[in-house]
Amino acid sequence: MSESTPIIDVRDVTLTFGGVRALVDVSFQVGAGEIYSIIGPNGAGKTSMLNCISGRYSPNQGSILFRGRDITPLRPNDRCTLGMGRTFQNLALFSHMTVLDNIMVGRHHLLKNNFLTGPLYWFSGAQKEELAHRREVEDIIDFLEISHIRKAVAGTLSYGLRKRVELARAVALKPDLILLDEPMAGMNLEEKEDMARYVIDLNEEWGMTVIMIEHDMGVVMDISHRVMVLDFGKKIAEGLPAEVMADPYVKKAYLGEEIEEDGTTGKKEAEVTEI
Amino acid sequence: MSGHSMMRCGEFRTDYKSDTTIFPTPRSRYAAIAGVLFLLVAAPFLNPYYLNLLIQIGYYGIAALGLNILVGFTGQISLGHAAFFGFGAFASAWINNTTGIPVFLAIPLAGLMTTAVGLIFGIPAGRIKGLYLAIATLASQFILEDFFARAEWFTGGTYGSMANPVSLFGYELDTEQSFFYVVLFWTVLMFVLAANLLRTRDGRAFIAVRDHYLSAEIMGINLTKYRILSFGISSFYAGIGGALFAHYLGFVSAEGFTILLSIQFLGMIIIGGLGSVMGTLLGTAFMVLLPEVMEGIVSNLQWLGSGVSEALVYIKEMAIGLAIILFLIFEPDGLAHRWQMIKSYWKLYPFSY
Repeated sequence: MSESTPIIDVRDVTLTFGGVRALVDVSFQVGAGEIYSIIGPNGAGKTSMLNCISGRYSPNQGSILFRGRDITPLRPNDRCTLGMGRTFQNLALFSHMTVLDNIMVGRHHLLKNNFLTGPLYWFSGAQKEELAHRREVEDIIDFLEISHIRKAVAGTLSYGLRKRVELARAVALKPDLILLDEPMAGMNLEEKEDMARYVIDLNEEWGMTVIMIEHDMGVVMDISHRVMVLDFGKKIAEGLPAEVMADPYVKKAYLGEEIEEDGTTGKKEAEVTEI
Repeated sequence: MSGHSMMRCGEFRTDYKSDTTIFPTPRSRYAAIAGVLFLLVAAPFLNPYYLNLLIQIGYYGIAALGLNILVGFTGQISLGHAAFFGFGAFASAWINNTTGIPVFLAIPLAGLMTTAVGLIFGIPAGRIKGLYLAIATLASQFILEDFFARAEWFTGGTYGSMANPVSLFGYELDTEQSFFYVVLFWTVLMFVLAANLLRTRDGRAFIAVRDHYLSAEIMGINLTKYRILSFGISSFYAGIGGALFAHYLGFVSAEGFTILLSIQFLGMIIIGGLGSVMGTLLGTAFMVLLPEVMEGIVSNLQWLGSGVSEALVYIKEMAIGLAIILFLIFEPDGLAHRWQMIKSYWKLYPFSY
């Protein structure tokens, strides 16, 4: 595999639900080590895009390549073993399990013990394996600063903590590519700052490629390397954050401004930065 | 369920091993071991009537634990558990009668045969959920019941089949006292295996499938595999329980494995606590002892006159239904949850805040 092979290569993906065209011929590539953000108004198809990548939906047309390999026909659980993890927009923790067990579920594809060796806990090496993985899970718990709630039942936690546990669970998969669906939604400023720092650390220290959907433009502008804009299922812009924000079509999609004949909007720059 | 993350005073865990035990505290582990030791020592001195009840709790408890793994932990519904219980009973008797394999080996083999049957009937479970699955398992109940009545080579048809007692080194374990040890061995073994299963990979996968199957799939869990596997494991437990039942009674007949027993198994795990290993045992004990206790109460009320005591007989029948309804209203999490509440109350007593 050469350096230039993108970690994810989406080719002309079209997804329809009956008459609704959620995604129309969307193509993009994400290189290893990038933080790539997908933005767009509500209903633009951002989450549908992530669902296509993680395998929840299968596109009607087009293909998705992971490190050069076509993964379009693979089931979500097989994609996970290739090195792909994700979090959900609406929390999807295992609400009756403890935080620790939730994160240990993330180790599923890395563990070898099964329904025959597991019950013979002490004699089959299952105990040794479980403890070794527990050690690694504790590193993740430390990193995300959730050690005080590791024995709490996930369903009883506050929203911000649940989001963090969900991130921990995705990190426990040891993915090369992590898909984050609105990691900062519903958080206060402080929690957002923490989360932004975790995303940067995951990218720089843990070496994960990040594809992120986020509505907070400040965060997107600050931490992403590249940004793609979707509107009504179509890709309307892609590029560096600053370039994308200056794009007249993006302004139209976000602010509903008319595009004037010279290709600029009537608004001043100062107002645009406040989106 | 919340609020039990608190640790007992004076308990310090310094490694992960002591933090991943079956029992929450060393004291509860010692209590369980002491309980088993007590039963080992006390069995020869116990009245056969009480031993009979304990044996019933044992084999029904094993089968109910299987159902709890399926319903409580994996979140699949099954209305056909009694049929698998019955299949295990017939299979063990059949293996022993036709091949001459000794009974103590026929019991686990019957468990494996029941697993195979359970896996076949579990295939629909990979695709359907909820009420639809309930109907599919109902079909397995009736198909197997019909099979019991017709397959004379296997079950003896309407006459039923004889099951030899367990014999070990030439001794026949056909008394209450001796068979009690067989049931105790299997009960402890099966409960320990289940507790270990549930703290390792595949047990967590079951719970993940129950709590949120969409994200379980994203976490690398093959939903179809685990839904069917859960049926297989559940059937294995039913088969072992059924085989013990057969060799205890010495005679197996198809009439005993109706949907009524399936509902009773569901009652055991609902009353005990869905998704709780210890609750399974509590619920089974409750369901086995409730008719006996009601019998005792009714027979003590004979002096009220014949009309009243006739009505009381029906009350006894209704008590089980009433118990399930009351539990659903007042303690939907079952006896296991009630036990947790009592424990956490005493943990803090007298400073309840």
